Amino acid sequence: MKTYDAVVVGAGHNGLTTAAFLAKAGLDVVCVEKNDYIGGAAVSRNLHEDWIYSNCSYVCSLLRPEIYRALELHRHGLQVTPFGGSLTFMENGDYYGSYHDAEVAYRERARFSRRDADAYERYRSDTMRQCRIIRDFLLSTPPDPTSFRPKDLLGLLQIGRKFLEVGEDRIYETIRFWTMSVAEYLDEYFETDVIKAAMSGSGIIGTALGVHSPGTAYVLLHHYMGDVDGNVGSWGFARGGMGAVSGAIAGAFQSYGGEIRTEAGVDKIIVRNGKARGVGLDNGDEIAANIVVSAMDVKRTFLKCIDRSELDEGFYTRVENFKIRGSSGKLNIALDGLPTFPALPEGSSLHVSDMHFIDSMERMERAYDDWKAGTWSKDPYIDMVMPTTVDPTMAPPGKHFMSCFIQYCPYELEGRDWTDLEREAFAQTVIDQIANYSPDFRDLIVHYEVRTPADIEEQIGITEGNIFHGELTMDQLLFNRPVPGYAQYRAPIAGLYMCGSSTHPGGGVMAAPGANAAREILSDLKRPNTVPENFGDD
Amino acid sequence: MSVQEVPQGRLRTPFCARLAALDTLNSWHTWKGYTVPDALYCADTEYFAIRNSTGVFDLTPMTKYRIKGPDALVYIDRLVTRDMSKIRPGRVAYAVWCNDQGQVIDDGTIFHLKEGEYRLCSQERHCAWLMDSAIGLDVSITDETAEVAALAVQGPTSFAILNRMGIEGLDELKPFGLMHVDFQGTELMVSRTGFTGDLGYELWLDPDRAEFLWDTLFAAGEISGIRAIGTDALEHARIEAGYIAAYIDFLPAHATVRTGRTRSPLELGLDWLVDFKKPNFNGRRALAEEKRSGSTWRLVKLDIEGNKPAHHAYIFADAKARRNIGFVTSAAWSPVCKQNIALGTVRTPHGNPGSTLWVEIFYQREMHWSRKMARAEVVDKPFWFPKRRGLTPPDLV
Repeated sequence: MKTYDAVVVGAGHNGLTTAAFLAKAGLDVVCVEKNDYIGGAAVSRNLHEDWIYSNCSYVCSLLRPEIYRALELHRHGLQVTPFGGSLTFMENGDYYGSYHDAEVAYRERARFSRRDADAYERYRSDTMRQCRIIRDFLLSTPPDPTSFRPKDLLGLLQIGRKFLEVGEDRIYETIRFWTMSVAEYLDEYFETDVIKAAMSGSGIIGTALGVHSPGTAYVLLHHYMGDVDGNVGSWGFARGGMGAVSGAIAGAFQSYGGEIRTEAGVDKIIVRNGKARGVGLDNGDEIAANIVVSAMDVKRTFLKCIDRSELDEGFYTRVENFKIRGSSGKLNIALDGLPTFPALPEGSSLHVSDMHFIDSMERMERAYDDWKAGTWSKDPYIDMVMPTTVDPTMAPPGKHFMSCFIQYCPYELEGRDWTDLEREAFAQTVIDQIANYSPDFRDLIVHYEVRTPADIEEQIGITEGNIFHGELTMDQLLFNRPVPGYAQYRAPIAGLYMCGSSTHPGGGVMAAPGANAAREILSDLKRPNTVPENFGDD
Repeated sequence: MSVQEVPQGRLRTPFCARLAALDTLNSWHTWKGYTVPDALYCADTEYFAIRNSTGVFDLTPMTKYRIKGPDALVYIDRLVTRDMSKIRPGRVAYAVWCNDQGQVIDDGTIFHLKEGEYRLCSQERHCAWLMDSAIGLDVSITDETAEVAALAVQGPTSFAILNRMGIEGLDELKPFGLMHVDFQGTELMVSRTGFTGDLGYELWLDPDRAEFLWDTLFAAGEISGIRAIGTDALEHARIEAGYIAAYIDFLPAHATVRTGRTRSPLELGLDWLVDFKKPNFNGRRALAEEKRSGSTWRLVKLDIEGNKPAHHAYIFADAKARRNIGFVTSAAWSPVCKQNIALGTVRTPHGNPGSTLWVEIFYQREMHWSRKMARAEVVDKPFWFPKRRGLTPPDLV
């Protein structure tokens, strides 16, 4: 039997990224995927006639441009097109828009409060200051604070220097920021409820926390720290859907000689004499490899695919306690035409935007209350986009694809499985909320796909369908992600590595975990590094 | 006798009213006396229309000459460095023409409209040179800049839009092909040309029907993401395509004062346009001599590390900035290639494709300036060359 240099488990964007950088360094790599298509949660699926669905992740900003460039993803068909602004519909018939152009954005805020319009400047620089700290660490391995290896000491020194650079007062500011709630943070700057509601969405997306929960200010940062072509905080659509991202990375991987096997779900990671030796597939086949890299989330990797006896109990328990809770669902809709939104003036650039339908902090928090009670939000926070308003390739001309990301949606309903009837009721909740602002919306629907966290887990493999492979709270970030002592992409088992979003710097279609893992692996194998360095903001 | 004074303000193209109706930014500049938009909504959005759907650019101010007569081919073949006998009716050729010293006067596109009849389209005005070059030949030269309205329709959905407009035969039109079609009783010339490096077409017709064409085009394009664009977006696209621009990447020889500031086609990477096998053409002797003895300058396409555009940067042969060998003429961050790209001019023998040069980039962050010596690789292919650009028929998206 052939022995590969490496087998990567899971052909999502991170698995493929690791695979691509390893193959680029000359390793013989195979990437195995349980589904009959690649991409994991970055996929374009043809689910109805000529419509292409980005049925999981739906926008792109966090993808590191360094990786984009190093893997020459444009040569493999990736094109990311930024879109305008975002929009929040209000119950009173008004709306609040956020615009790309700074002066227009100022005027819009001033329509609600001149004070808030002015406050934005300070809010922006304070938030950007936090962004700068984290952005520099995205493409690097978190240093281990307990280690005395020169590399770790240097890494810690860099973090320390970064903090000293921001100044004494701002160290306090930073510590507050990393621990406070998004509501408290926004309260320090703004008075207008709808402005706060619109901005707070980024603090809770993908998280089983509410706008008043401590730690959500950081999550806001996680959505701000990306960029499209240097515009920090802006978002774009991948032409052809999010599958174009994984498709391009796969193209790069294959151009370096890599091999992809679909319909090859991993049943077990084979460990012999304390070392990973390959994987056993669902169909009974085995693939032998010198190292195994898991792009699956940390729970699936260690609780489902490795014999408990191979792991120390303390580690096992830590993994069990890793927070990876289902909190969001999706409704993906094929539309026969472009729905109209009467509240929005004709010709407004906001017709191409990220739309939301919840206009107060109270409603944001109430949505979370439903989740805590074990059900979906009856007045949900919806992040709705129609990529086809920009991308002509995802639906026939004049037709549209709508992606609704819905928060909150639990993994189980009051502790039991979802029924089909309940899934349908969940979908109707979402449709009703949008229809409140678009009278012709409902009639334009020709097909839709409902995805609860349980569906996402079942179809993609992410535990509880958590989009980040684990909560982005301080206790699960940097050197604590996924498990203290194991933040450097190495598992406690020799020859076993982690490269999924459960590792630093976390979820989103960023490809940074995959790239960082590849760098560590190449270093262990004493191979030349193929992973690019951070461009740097300065 | 009463004389009407020449227009004192900026001229309006036949599409100006339509552009103004779409304009939200109020940001205009002048181009050869015409008022044209920098951008209409947002330069970024307009740029992405070119790469993702369709951008429509009013290129009416481009200088256009009609060249016709029995000696038209002989005339043009002597004028430009390229072998024009290979350009059959219905084809378009990119070409340069030089002075006696082999220095580029301008570049442009030559449309072989029909047997014995051409249109030459260029950035600058060349009536005097063109007339002088015609002495002794049976050929007429007419400036038709104001008589022809022109639109560039560029981007991946351009084919689908023009098809939907009912333009027939488009599926057979190859890159650098042109055809004449009947457009609701008017003759419309369609060429598969452009300045964006993407799939795209240019439409040419009588200015009286310009607004009608615009309206028909935009009605057909609404569901395919059509957008009017300004010069800023086009400028970005042309750098990605690796196209040079007059007054930016080279100076027209006739407008240059200082010695050594002009360039020959060989120095602009346009060797492929110079055909020494054809009969004599203007500048031939000088160019042949340059080919023998070597050029002074070389145009380079640079792929630069990092993400800070190398605007106005000096180019060095070494990382320590000891040997200054040239400078960047156009620079941009390429959103589609995710590359930091530039065009530049360097002294030979530097700048061979595949070689490494260094550029000195200055950039400002919150008032303070920083300097970075960035490694730059010389590449020989255009930065952006999507497959759709060469496909016939193109995909119907």
